[in-house]
Amino acid sequence: MMRLRIYYPVIAAAVLVVAMHLVLAATGKTYYMTQVTMSAYYALVVIGLCLLMGYAGQISLGHAGFFAIGGYTIAVLTTHDLSSYRESAPVEWLLSLGLLVQWQDLYGRQALSFSPWLAFVAAMLLTALIALAIGLPVIRLKGHYLAMATLGFGLIIYRIVLGAKIFGQADGISNVPAFNLIGGLQVNGRAPFRVQNYYIAWVAVLAAMVLALNLIHSRVGRALRSIHESEDAAHSLGINTYRYKLATFILSALFAAVGGALLTHYNGSIGPSEATVMKSVRYVAIVAVGGMANLWGAMIMGVLLNFLSLRGVFGSYDDAVFGAILIGIMLFAPQGLLRVPKLRAVLSLLPRREHG
Amino acid sequence: MNFALFVQYALSGITVGSVYAIVAIGFNIIYCTTGIINFAQGEFLIVGAMIAISLSAVAPLPLAILGAVLITTALGAAVELVFIRRVHNASVVRLIIITIGLSILIREGMLHIWDEQVRSLPYFTGTDSSTITILGAHISLQVLWVLGVSAVIVTALTLFFRYTTTGRAMRACSDDRMAARLCGINDRWMVTLSFMLSAGIGALAGCVVSPITQTQYDMGAPLAIKGFTVAILGGLGNSMAAVAAGLLLGLLEAFVVSQFASAYKEVVAIVVLLLILVFRPSGLFARRGTSVRTA
Repeated sequence: MMRLRIYYPVIAAAVLVVAMHLVLAATGKTYYMTQVTMSAYYALVVIGLCLLMGYAGQISLGHAGFFAIGGYTIAVLTTHDLSSYRESAPVEWLLSLGLLVQWQDLYGRQALSFSPWLAFVAAMLLTALIALAIGLPVIRLKGHYLAMATLGFGLIIYRIVLGAKIFGQADGISNVPAFNLIGGLQVNGRAPFRVQNYYIAWVAVLAAMVLALNLIHSRVGRALRSIHESEDAAHSLGINTYRYKLATFILSALFAAVGGALLTHYNGSIGPSEATVMKSVRYVAIVAVGGMANLWGAMIMGVLLNFLSLRGVFGSYDDAVFGAILIGIMLFAPQGLLRVPKLRAVLSLLPRREHG
Repeated sequence: MNFALFVQYALSGITVGSVYAIVAIGFNIIYCTTGIINFAQGEFLIVGAMIAISLSAVAPLPLAILGAVLITTALGAAVELVFIRRVHNASVVRLIIITIGLSILIREGMLHIWDEQVRSLPYFTGTDSSTITILGAHISLQVLWVLGVSAVIVTALTLFFRYTTTGRAMRACSDDRMAARLCGINDRWMVTLSFMLSAGIGALAGCVVSPITQTQYDMGAPLAIKGFTVAILGGLGNSMAAVAAGLLLGLLEAFVVSQFASAYKEVVAIVVLLLILVFRPSGLFARRGTSVRTA
């Protein structure tokens, strides 16, 4: 029974999601659902990063890069026209398997592209491969070195999507088709699909939460926490710290890529602004506000702060707000906002006499 | 590529490289006394240049630059007194996040004060078209200013750390803070001083290079990355090696730009950074056997 208890909040969250729908519908503000849906996909990135930062204790300043890898892979594969290769054997083979879809471009021409399902699988595989290739050397580094290396990775991804023709350079890629899930459900940003997409996004987030909760309450989760507390101690107990850290890195990259892929389908487009360092820093800020090793905090803050940001509440101070959040949280409440700071911690910030 | 062109690229590489070296030295000064990598280091250069640009409208250029250096030095002190001093026994991740937050705040502050416009200081001597010819290459006079000022900064810092009591006290703090404290050195003041020093030299470098590279509010982050690359390349804490490493990276960038699209110029430094982190994290010039993976 103990094990089941960790899932009670998931049920509570599901009830809240439905309640929020009813409240929005009753107040005639269903248009808020669009931003909630987008925020939920960003929250996926945050949940993954929370596993890496809060539980494995490894910082990543390149998670916007993984988000972009997921999103851009989807965008390229589902919009790149393969008609000119129609006669070639691999394309015919894929077509016979039903993995390609016909669609009409803006000018009414027939175009042929990979199906979203295939693109999704490809995006996940590619993300896992890149995360593995980057993680293998980088995850051995610590502290500042790891931070700078992941920052460097993020910058390279940003430069590539900004510079390469296939990724649309500064314009990004638009006209990404909807993602047809089972039973008529589809990830689609147009107004008639608003309600079902609200639920699709929340199902994705809650599924991610169940997965993450399951992980941290397992043997793996205990190993990760011991690594966070003291890597040497964990190592001496026979925990293969390197492998656990690497696996968490890849997993959290995949969470980010799922968020990127689904949001790209939802928005119908992706641009280089999704890959900026500022986006990566923003995810780190949200994990910090949530309380680092606090999945629920990360998820709630992920949805809330992204929602406020998308609604334009912060105006032209958007980035500054996240910068201030970072400093404020790290100075005054390193345990996150959802835990009451101890009185002593507050008192220690008051000026006091110098004693060496 | 003929010889004159080669000299041209080499000199432009050395110019940029010497600025990277100054940024790297700024990293080193703070790293040595506190163990913190100050992610806001690049912002000091831009703040310095921006203030000088504003002051130069009302004051003669040397005074404007002096004012900018002093104000930025005060900003460095403020950053340490208000933020860094408040955290005790913080984890590395916490310190990283704080300095990243600072860099964002400073950058956004600059955006709201100076907007997105690209500005620059006037050329110190002559105009943008006055050049001298060295070995067949045409060199802007400002390049000589950059090289000269960088050389002066490096020499002055070396003398300061070697011969003055304060400089030696700072070195003592970086060797062993507890021991320094036992010798009666006020280690907290040394930390503040290290932030002031690295903000001050950053501002000066930002001013000298502004006529060549122009100044925009968001140019700090790329500079910080390159400065960090150089600092790592030379071995963290080793300022003399940072000069060599800075020139090396500057030259590398200049020749990559001469051969490939300049869009990928940024990537050079990052690839170098990743390679050095993976293969020789203690720097190019470090003796074998030293490991910094535990830093």
